[in-house]
Amino acid sequence: MQPTETPIKAEARNLSFYYNGGHKALKGINLPVHEKKITALIGPSGCGKSTFLRCFNRMHDLYPGNQYEGEIVMHPDNTNILQKAVDPIEVRMRISMVFQKPNPFPKSIYENVAYGLRVRGETNKRDMDDKVEEALRGAAIWNEVKDRLHEVAFNLSGGQQQRLCIARALATDPEIMLFDEPTSALDPIATASIEELMSELKNKVTILVVTHNMQQAARVSDYTAYMYLGELIEFGNTDTMFTKPSRRETEDYITGKFG
Amino acid sequence: MSTPETSVLKNLDEVRAMIRRHKLNDYIFSIVGLLALMVGLLTLLTLFVDLVMDGYPRFNYEFLTNFPSRRAGSAGLLTAWVGSLLVMTVTFVTAVPLGVAAGVYLEEYAPKNWFTDLIEINVSNLAGVPSIIYGLLALGLFVYILDLGQSILTAGLTLALLILPVVIVTTRESIRAIPISIREGAYAVGATKWQVVSDHILHYSFGGILTGIIIGMARALGETAPVITIGALTFIAFLPPAPVMAEPPFLSFEWLESGFTVLPIQMFNWLSRPDHAFHINAAATGAIIIMVTLLMNGTAIWLRYRIRKNIKW
Repeated sequence: MQPTETPIKAEARNLSFYYNGGHKALKGINLPVHEKKITALIGPSGCGKSTFLRCFNRMHDLYPGNQYEGEIVMHPDNTNILQKAVDPIEVRMRISMVFQKPNPFPKSIYENVAYGLRVRGETNKRDMDDKVEEALRGAAIWNEVKDRLHEVAFNLSGGQQQRLCIARALATDPEIMLFDEPTSALDPIATASIEELMSELKNKVTILVVTHNMQQAARVSDYTAYMYLGELIEFGNTDTMFTKPSRRETEDYITGKFG
Repeated sequence: MSTPETSVLKNLDEVRAMIRRHKLNDYIFSIVGLLALMVGLLTLLTLFVDLVMDGYPRFNYEFLTNFPSRRAGSAGLLTAWVGSLLVMTVTFVTAVPLGVAAGVYLEEYAPKNWFTDLIEINVSNLAGVPSIIYGLLALGLFVYILDLGQSILTAGLTLALLILPVVIVTTRESIRAIPISIREGAYAVGATKWQVVSDHILHYSFGGILTGIIIGMARALGETAPVITIGALTFIAFLPPAPVMAEPPFLSFEWLESGFTVLPIQMFNWLSRPDHAFHINAAATGAIIIMVTLLMNGTAIWLRYRIRKNIKW
């Protein structure tokens, strides 16, 4: 560990995860998530990186029979968010998520962003307007949509829809934002704009991103974790990981010998 | 030895012959399929045209505003369509909330185990239970045990039971058509289950649910057997008490307890008379029932189209 490191926002401690039916998808993962940095999770398909990401907002609780073991501790309050006593809704209020495929609601652009605020009981129209605008500006889409806030969100392009989803996840002022392969359904230009946006967002929020595009991990992230078959093989500074990884498996994957 | 070029040509001829043979099957099936379609469609159309031609003399305003009469020429449908309307109102008011709530529960809330599996299978099977069975059940439950009488209320509740499975099944199907990603998106911002249901699920499945309700109502409109079983009157020369009054309390629910008749029963009554003049009335009534049913189904299709237009996954 380097002395210049930023504080840790959350950390997984000996985290294992079982899908309904007993398949062990994560095997004793220990991983720190640094505050206001981007941590990328890389690894081949089926290695458990999305499964790991979805533990952070208890998405697995939506489906019966899934089981967590170990802890994910949030700082500074030291809450283990995987505890049964902690309501998954409370966790999702603190940690928001952007999905692989843009999934705007079939509602207006405004309502898409406002929904998280409504769920939190915001009723003041003016505050709502301000927060929606702030989130849309934060997601670098305000100028494109400010004149048609009440049009249905499906009329936007794929890249715009994904930025709208980022605005939706940003509007609620989360402590951590999870990105699950946010650009895999987008063209290169839209991908570049999302990556640029992520780099800007890390000034305000901690980001954890799953990607199977290694160049993307190298471009945007500060830390990288390489996962394989449900295990964390190596974690470190992105620069170090991509130039001189300490594990042979990591090097093979990064150099394209495998994966 | 043949050159590669000629062998390719020879093969090409064979390939073309094979494609022709296979395409013949396409052609044959399209004829068979069209014939199959026409059998059903033409039969129905002939029936409808026949009813319209027979009943044509009675298509006038008086037919809808006259009470039934011993003289066929002045007998009308007033009590029957008012009865149908009132019974349908009761059916709508009970079947819709019950059916939609049950469908939402099964799809969004119910745990997935052997018990809910059993319920699911039974709900689907209920849709296939003969309607006369519902009539017998209603006679025992509503008329004798609950003592609701042979009333509009009893008939409305009976038909509500009858179409409940249809409403539940279509509710579930239209909910299931909503992609999981939309649901996860809503949960991910911190919504509770009820917020996801009321803000999203019900909105996006509204078109499909509405279609199910209308189709169920159209079926209930034409049902005869269960309504006869619970004792609808076949000849009735009075209207139920009006639901709205000029003096306070303005609303009255006395009509719920009133005796009644409905369109298919009025038709059945006229049809069972020996006098041919009444058969004309029956034909006219039949044509009206078919038209109302088609209109309801058409509305369902139109509504679904209108609502789905803005929602594409």
